[in-house]
Order: sequence, then structure tokens, then C-alpha cells
Amino acid sequence: MHPFLICATCSEPSAIMCAASPILSLQHVHYHWQGRASFALDIPEFAVDPSESVLLLGESGSGKSTLLSLICGTITARSGSVVVAGTDIVSLSAGKRDRFRAEQIGLIFQQFNLLPYASVLDNILLPLRFAPLRRARVPSPRDTARMLCLNLGLPEDAITAQAGTLSVGQQQRVAAARALIGAPPLIIADEPTSALDAATQTTFLDLLFAQTRACGSTLLMVSHDARLAEHFDRVVQLSDVTLPQQTAA
Amino acid sequence: MMLRLCLGSLMARALTVAMTIVAIALSVALFLGVEKVRTGAKASFADTISGTDLIVGARSGSVQLLLYSVFRIGNATNNLTWASYQDIAARPEVDWIVPISLGDSHRQFRVMGTSTAFFERYKYRAGQSLAVEKGAIMDDLFDTVIGADVAATLSYAVGDPIVVAHGLASFVEHEDQPFRVSGILEKTGTPVDRTVIVSLEAIEAIHVDWQSGAKIPGQSTPADVIRQMELEPIAVTAALVGVKSRLQVFGLQRAINEYPQEPLLAILPGVALQELWQIVGIAETALIAVSAMVVVTALIGMMATIFSSLNERRREMAIFRAMGARPRVILSLLVLEAALMAALGAVIGLALLYAGLFVAQPLVDATFGLWLPIEPPSLREFWVLLGVVAAGAIVSLVPAFRAYRMSLADGMMVRI
Ligand SMILES: Nc1ncnc2c1ncn2[C@@H]1O[C@H](COP(=O)(O)OP(=O)(O)OP(=O)(O)O)[C@@H](O)[C@H]1O
Ligand SMILES: [Mg+2]
Repeated sequence: MHPFLICATCSEPSAIMCAASPILSLQHVHYHWQGRASFALDIPEFAVDPSESVLLLGESGSGKSTLLSLICGTITARSGSVVVAGTDIVSLSAGKRDRFRAEQIGLIFQQFNLLPYASVLDNILLPLRFAPLRRARVPSPRDTARMLCLNLGLPEDAITAQAGTLSVGQQQRVAAARALIGAPPLIIADEPTSALDAATQTTFLDLLFAQTRACGSTLLMVSHDARLAEHFDRVVQLSDVTLPQQTAA
Repeated sequence: MMLRLCLGSLMARALTVAMTIVAIALSVALFLGVEKVRTGAKASFADTISGTDLIVGARSGSVQLLLYSVFRIGNATNNLTWASYQDIAARPEVDWIVPISLGDSHRQFRVMGTSTAFFERYKYRAGQSLAVEKGAIMDDLFDTVIGADVAATLSYAVGDPIVVAHGLASFVEHEDQPFRVSGILEKTGTPVDRTVIVSLEAIEAIHVDWQSGAKIPGQSTPADVIRQMELEPIAVTAALVGVKSRLQVFGLQRAINEYPQEPLLAILPGVALQELWQIVGIAETALIAVSAMVVVTALIGMMATIFSSLNERRREMAIFRAMGARPRVILSLLVLEAALMAALGAVIGLALLYAGLFVAQPLVDATFGLWLPIEPPSLREFWVLLGVVAAGAIVSLVPAFRAYRMSLADGMMVRI
């Protein structure tokens, strides 16, 4: 088995309160961008169970990133409810939603995840700065960050390096470490591997899975690449959970 | 950590940031420099005369009287007759009186006729007395005592002969009566440094062969004949007066101003200085305003660079937002950044000021007779620096608010 299958971020096996209720649940969500009639997102029902790993597949422009923004609360659904870890974020104030995101969600993007001028360590510790509860779960942030880097296969000296000097693959691993630190219940990744070559993709995903599982977090990843499906517990087509769009004439 | 990130972000844009800081530093140095010169000039003006209770001259403006009698700036329109002078000298309130007779020059320096009492009574910089550096106070009719700048500029030594010209910047010289340098005064930082001092009688002696400002043709009285003559002046330019009791100053001033035989004016040097400040106050304010505008311009330059950096930093802001930073954090990061730049600019500006002072102090002293003291920053300068930082922060609110709105709209998604 993998040598580092213990949670690096916390001693407890998991930070999730109740295993029965879904970690993420969307109901009757409707969203459209201001002044863009051609695109609308309608999701009657979509749920992710705790500790599950879900791959959400969808074509480019189908609204995957928009959906993730809705879940993260940087945009709010026009109607419906978005419940993350038991809290309906649609009803939260903007400030509370920002705080909530910091506490509950670890994020990995496709590219340019890091502040290039800051050290790898500072990049990894950044979310803790905005999430006091998550920070409290990490007794020694520096050591934890170092451990995560090690577990994600980053070189020993990478932690002090400037983030901008790392290779793209290494940067993605740092982004993963940043998402994982403090073991947020939900890890969200927006095509984190599309900038990597096939071999690196697989290594990256293996490491990400191992660490997510070790932390007991749930992983929701979106992609347009169906080849990644084999790694996941469940694969969902975005078109299956959304209502067909009525395209304006 | 936020401070470290902010510094890192600034370092990443080192060149533009450095240029912005240099602009702020230069403007701050200019502003503080102008302040230094202004206060230095004021202090050196105020230090020029002390211990004198009243200055008496013919009736004119009090500022004018102060300027020509003490600072050798401008000319007297009228004189004070010797009879009036003696009348004043005889008054019971008067402790001492020193006559001043101006109107002649030596090269570019003014010649002042006075009594030897001048050397005891004239005080500068909080009661300091004049001191002879070389030689002695004049003894003979044709002896002169010269100021430090006169000696330095014309490289005179004790014993050198000099010739006095009638009037100012005149080519008609009183060749017949060559004077001799008997003493050189220590440097004072006052107009005395640029003055050739002779006795009151000597001024009369020069003018024995002159009438109404022109030389009587063919007449040339030998020096030894002049020595025999009764050299009593008809008039002097002004007089410095000390009273026995300070309570009598105003009484004496009124008495002189109401002197029936001749229109006279007595002024208190301190009051006249205040009037002078009021006159130069407008120019002063303009000077401050201009240098403050330079600081403002530098800060606006900083604002422009922050503005232009916003677009390329959308990614950075999106990352902060994704990590759970509120848009408010983005705003405060930008303000912090601006405050850091302004603070660094202010500190470097202060350093530049001191460097400049070290270099310029002897030069300014030699050229303008202005001593700019090198002291630790005053409370006022401290406030100025703080003001620059605060102004920088306030100015940066404009781009910071834009970033705030941008990051609200962008959320964590940015298309580049
Ligand atoms: N900030 C925005 N303002 C207006 N419209 C937007 C904005 N962001 C996305 N859209 C629109 O929403 C639609 C869905 O975009 P989205 O980024 O969610 O797609 P995606 O599935 O993530 O695509 P990709 O696979 O290329 O990343 C598009 O039509 C896009 O033009
Ligand atoms: Mg996308």
C-alpha cells in the first residue's frame, strides 16, 4: 500500500460530522449570468455523499466552472438551495460565505493556482489565514505543510522556493497541498490535470486521492476528459443533472 | 503573513515599484528641504539682532527701517540728524545708543560707520557678542574692522590697505583716504560678516572734499589735515537703542515717534520681524504649496501605477478570493501596499534630505550666509512624513475600490 496513508493534516480520521447526510446537496438551483441569455444552469437535484469521489463530466462551456462557483459561493444561485456540510450557503451573507468557503472547501484550479511571488509555504498556509477553525485543526502548520509536500511527492527543498519557480506539475501539487491543509470536508478541483501530460496526470491523481482519503475529505472534480473516470467512485455527466437549456431564438 | 505577501508582490514588480518610491522620496526630500530652508532662513533672520530694544531712523516703514539698518537690504530714504540723535541719547530712559551710518561701499560690501560701542552692544543669536578673530578693533581714524566674509572673499589680512567707494556700486572711489584693516571679526552668520566697519568720524573724513554727492573738483585734503579737523557728523542713518528698563521701551518708542523737530520712527526689532513674516508669508505659503503639490503629484503617480497593475493581478486577486478572502481583504492589501511604498519613499526622502544637508550645508552657508542646522527630525517633520503615508493610503483607495469591485465580479474565475 501507499506508505503515507495516514492523514497528514490532522490526527483524527475525519472532520465530518454526520456520515449519513450528503456533504453537498443542490436542489432546484437556477443560475444565469447577468446579461447573457444564451446560457443558464438548471439543476433539479445533485448530491455528493461524504468521502465519495465524484467526477463531473461536461463539455467546454457547459457550465462546470459556473457550478463550482455556485458551490463555493462566489456567485449565488438565483433560486434553489446549495447545502454544503449542512449549511445552505444561498442564505448566508457575502462575508459569511467567504468565511464558509475558507473553512469548508479546498480548491484546486486548472492552472495558475499559486501566488507566484510568495513562497510555497506561504501559498499552502494562505487558506488558514481566512479560516480560524481550519487553522485550529492544524497544531503545527509548517510541519503539516512540509508533510503534505512530502506526501505529494514534492522535493524536500521546494517548500522554501518561490512558487513561480516550480514546474506546472509541481505547482499543481502545491495547490493540492493547499487545498488539503486543515482537512476541509470538501475538496473541489476544476480540471486540475488538464495542463499536465498523461503520466503526470495519473501520478498527480493517485497522490491526490491518497491524501484526500487520508483526510476523510470528499473530492468533487470537474473535467471534460472521460479517461479520468476509472479513478473515481462515481462519474456524473453534467448534462444528466441539468435540465436541457431552452436556447433563445 | 499578509505583510510578507504584500512585500513579495511589491518585490515581484520591483522596477516600477522602485521608480514610484524614488519619485515619492525625491518629492518628500524637496518638501522637507524647502521647509528646512524656510525655517532656517527665518531663524537666521531672527538671530541677526538680539539685545537691541529699539531701532531709530527717519520716518518710513518699520520693515524698511529694519531691513536697511540691520540686514543692509535697501537704502534709507532719509537720515536721522545728529541733533536728534543726541537728543535721544540724552533721554533718561536710554541706557546706550549706537549710531549707524550707511551709504558707502567697498567692492560689493557695504561700509558702516559706527562707534566702538557697536562691538559691545550689537548682539546676535541669543545674546552672543561680536568677537575679533584677528587684529583689533579700530583705533585710528582710518582703521577698519571687516566681517569674516569680506576677509574671505577679498582675501584681506590685518594691515592691508583698502579704498572706500562713495555710494553703492559706484566707481567713484575715495582714493585719497586709504583705510587699513585693523581687525577681522569671527564669523557670525549675520550681515555683519559682509560689512566693512569704520568709525563714524571716518565716514565724515571720506566726504571732506565732497559736496552733495559729487567731488569738489581739484580739491584734495591731505590725511593729516583731516586728522586735525572737527569730524562731527551732520546725520546718521539709524541708531540702535537699549533702554534701562524694559518697561520703558514703549514710552520711549512713543516719545521718539512723536518727536517734534523731525519725523522719526522707532521700532521694536521683534515686532518689525513679525511684520516682515507677514509680508513674506504669502511667498512662503506659495512655496510650501508648490512643494506639497510635488508630493501630491508623486502620490498620484503611485496611484496610476497601482491602477495599471490591477489587470495583470486579477489572477492574484482571484486566488485570494478562492482561499476565502473577502473583497475587503483585497482592498486592504492594495492600501497596505500603497502605504508601504509611501512609507519607504518617506524614509528614503528623509535620508536624502540629510545627505543633501551634509553636502549643501557649507555651500549654502558660504553663498547665502544661511546656516541650516542638521538636527534629528522635528515633530513637525515627523507629522509631514506620517501625512505622506496617510495621503498615499488615501489616494490608493481609488484603485483599491476598483480592485474590490473587480474581485467581486470575478469571484474566483478569471479569464486571461
Ligand atoms: N463571469 C462571467 N460573466 C458572464 N458569463 C460567464 C462568466 N463566466 C462564464 N460565463 C458563461 O457561462 C457559460 C459557462 O461557462 P463555464 O466557465 O462555467 O464553462 P465550463 O464548463 O467551465 O467550460 P470549460 O470547460 O471551458 O472551462 C459560458 O457561456 C460562459 O460564457
Ligand atoms: Mg471551466
